[in-house]
Formats: sequence, structure tokens, C-alpha cells
Amino acid sequence: MKPAPFAYHAARTVKEAVSLLGEFQDGGRVLAGGQSLVPLMNFRLARPSHLVDINPVEELDYIRRADGVLAIGARTRQAAAERSPLVRDQAPLLAEALGWVGHEPIRHRGTVVGSIAHADPAAEIPAVALALDGEVTALSTRGERTIAAADFFRGPFATALEPRELVTELRLKIWPPGTGYAFLEFARRHGDFAIAGAGVLLHLGPGGVDQAAVVLCGVGDTPVRARRAEERLLGHPPTPEALDEAAEAAVADLTPPGDVHGSPQYRRKVARAYVRRALTLALERARRGGRP
Amino acid sequence: MRDIHRISVTVNGRRYDREVESRKLLVDFLREDLGLVGTHVGCEHGVCGTCTVLLNGESIRSCLTFAVQADGAAIMTVEGLARDGQLHPLQEAFREKQALQCGYCTPGMLLRAYEILQDNPSPRPEDVRKGIASNLCRCTGYQFIIEAILDAASRLRAAGAVPGSARREEVLP
Repeated sequence: MKPAPFAYHAARTVKEAVSLLGEFQDGGRVLAGGQSLVPLMNFRLARPSHLVDINPVEELDYIRRADGVLAIGARTRQAAAERSPLVRDQAPLLAEALGWVGHEPIRHRGTVVGSIAHADPAAEIPAVALALDGEVTALSTRGERTIAAADFFRGPFATALEPRELVTELRLKIWPPGTGYAFLEFARRHGDFAIAGAGVLLHLGPGGVDQAAVVLCGVGDTPVRARRAEERLLGHPPTPEALDEAAEAAVADLTPPGDVHGSPQYRRKVARAYVRRALTLALERARRGGRP
Repeated sequence: MRDIHRISVTVNGRRYDREVESRKLLVDFLREDLGLVGTHVGCEHGVCGTCTVLLNGESIRSCLTFAVQADGAAIMTVEGLARDGQLHPLQEAFREKQALQCGYCTPGMLLRAYEILQDNPSPRPEDVRKGIASNLCRCTGYQFIIEAILDAASRLRAAGAVPGSARREEVLP
């Protein structure tokens, strides 16, 4: 099918984008990479009456390091972030997760921030944002606010964003040097949405694991941060038994959806297996000083 | 309501000035407005890859970009591969290795392959396999497609057509 009619507005600046969105009541949508929105429009599952295109907004195309965080502008393409030495050095979990997002032609257009705003529960980048204590800046004509990733994802494709707000930036916490990381997922074909995906960050101190993050995607209404798994790891040596129990704890509270690709029980098993593998890989990398 | 915009795009080196409705997809603009029907419409939701074109040198799904967004851009379609009546080495290799059956995926495969060889003139078979995972061949003729891309790579290297470094400009003949 083809999209329903709409009015197209190319924004050149952030100010212009926000002021355009302010004009259209609730009928305006932001068009960034379009790799999720345009399929929905082609199927007429989305019928916005106005599209505000932020692709011409050059000032939103950046990746910067500042105050212990990596800041990524809303026009930054997934492919650019994946290739960025800054991302590889300071947020290798994001770089690794990006390799699982669609395919290269999709990542040439798709944006990092667009994936956050779209909030697909099976998507990788929202889970990475949870792991890295991410926060977004939401801007509208009424002002600017900061929303933590932990408060941002409300349900499948539902976020804390208000109509007429534009996410201008995503900030991700930079973990200490030597942190081990891993993002793994299982899908029927590479590039499809994950049946289950797992991201892990591990930092080792003298007494064992002193910092840990475990996240999952594809296993619920939103991406999940598995706090119980992290608690099992923190303050203990990373023995195989500890990793087994952490993987079990990561899926204990999950109620994954069942569909044609797998039952809830199957998804939970896959999720546990992938958390376990990600823990092993992250630990190996932590022992190598954080090198890939 | 028809929301009309005036755009100017360069396709395969030729400039076109046209008026387009905002909801017109780039692939439909290429086919219907410019008559360049080599680019195929497949799934219309970004999965199959047969509508792949290069936008400012990078492969994209032309079913997931609106024509109005291509204003000022340089686009390459499958029609831009052959030069002066000579098939591109990729096209020669596809023909000789029988890398097409029904042919529906071919335009997207060729442009994705063009990009893969620009990024890496000496790909290993697994690099090609991984690279074309973005494009579906419903005839499942992948093996011959991979062989053709590897064959084209060696032809291009032999002809000295590909520089050592990966560049996103028009470097292939």
C-alpha cells in the first residue's frame, strides 16, 4: 500500500522543528530515519497529518563526550554511531548492539535516537539505553526536560513523551576503562527483530564484580533491566555458578509474549541462554581489560 | 489535499526537476515520474531490499524514503551501472554465473554488491554472505549470487578499477 496524504515540513534547525511540532496539535509526527515510521505509514497503521522532517537539521548530527557521558544527537545515523571510534571506545555495548539493528542499508538511514523514541520492545538500542543509565532531552515550545531511560519506556511503542515534544539528544553513561561488555541476540534471520536479546556490562574489582548491568529485549512490553541478576553478581567473584544463577534471576520475573515464533516458555529459555552467553563473553572481555 | 513540493535530484548523473506529492515514495518517483523502472517495488516495508538504491553513495531502501526528502541528493539506480553500452563487471558476472532466476531481486542485489565491493574490494565469501543478508532472493539462488559477486571482485581487481582504500565515491567503471 501507499501512505495516506500528509503535509510535509522540512525543518532546518531545532528551533524550527519544535515550532512546527507546536503548530500541529497532536497531528504532527517527527520523521527522522523513517525506517520504522514509513513502513507503518505504508501499511496505513500510522496516518499522521503532518510530518516534520528533521533530516535537514545538521546541528543534531553529533556524537560527543562530555561529563562522563556520551551525547548523541537526534539526527545521528545508526551506521555513523556504529563506525564512530568514540562510540567503540566509550560505549562499546552500543557499537556491538548496533550490529544487530536491521541491516546496513537500514542503518544508513535509521537514527539512534529514533529507535529510542519508537520504543519497539524487541529493539536493541532502548535496552542499551537502560544498561547505560541513559537519559533523553525532550524539547517543545513549552520548554526542555530530561527523562531517564528507566522512566521513558511505558509499553510497546509507548513512551513518556508528550505530543509535540522532540527528543533532541540521548546521553549514555561512560563506564570505567576495563569494563567487559557483550550484546547478543537470537532471531530467525540476522536483522529480524529479536526473539530475545541480552546486553551485559561487567566491571571487576579486587573482591569480584563491582559494577554490573544486565538488560534484555524482546521479552516483554518494554526493554528490561534485570536488577535481580545484577544483585546476584555484585560483590561476588564471577564464578560459573554465579553467572548461572544471575542468568536464572534475569528471567525469573519475565512474562514474555507468545507468538508464531515461539511460546513464552521458549522465549524465556532463549533469554536465559543468551544472558548466560553474554555474561561469559563480558567476563572474558573484562579479564582482557575491556578489549573485544 | 495534495501537498506538492518542487524537488531537484540527480539520478545516474542526470539532473531532474519535478513536482512531487509529499507521500510519494522515492521508488515510485523513480519508476513513475522518471521512467526508471529498473528499481523494483517489493515488500514496501524495508524487508526485501529489491528497491535498494544509493543515496549520496550509501545504500538505502527507496520504499522507506519519500521522494521529497531526496531534494538536492545524488541517486544511483541499477540503470547507472552500465556505461556506454558496456555492462558493469558485476552485471557481466551475474550473467555468466547465472546469478538471477526470476530477476526480481537483481537490481537491489547489484547495487548492494556494488557498495560491498566499494567498501571492501577483496571480500571473503562470508563477507559477501553477510553483506547481502539485507536482500532477499525469493528463488533462493544465493549461492550463484555470492559466486558472481566474488567473481566481479576479482575482475575489478584485475582491471585495477578498485583502489585499495574503501571510498564512497564513484570509483568503479
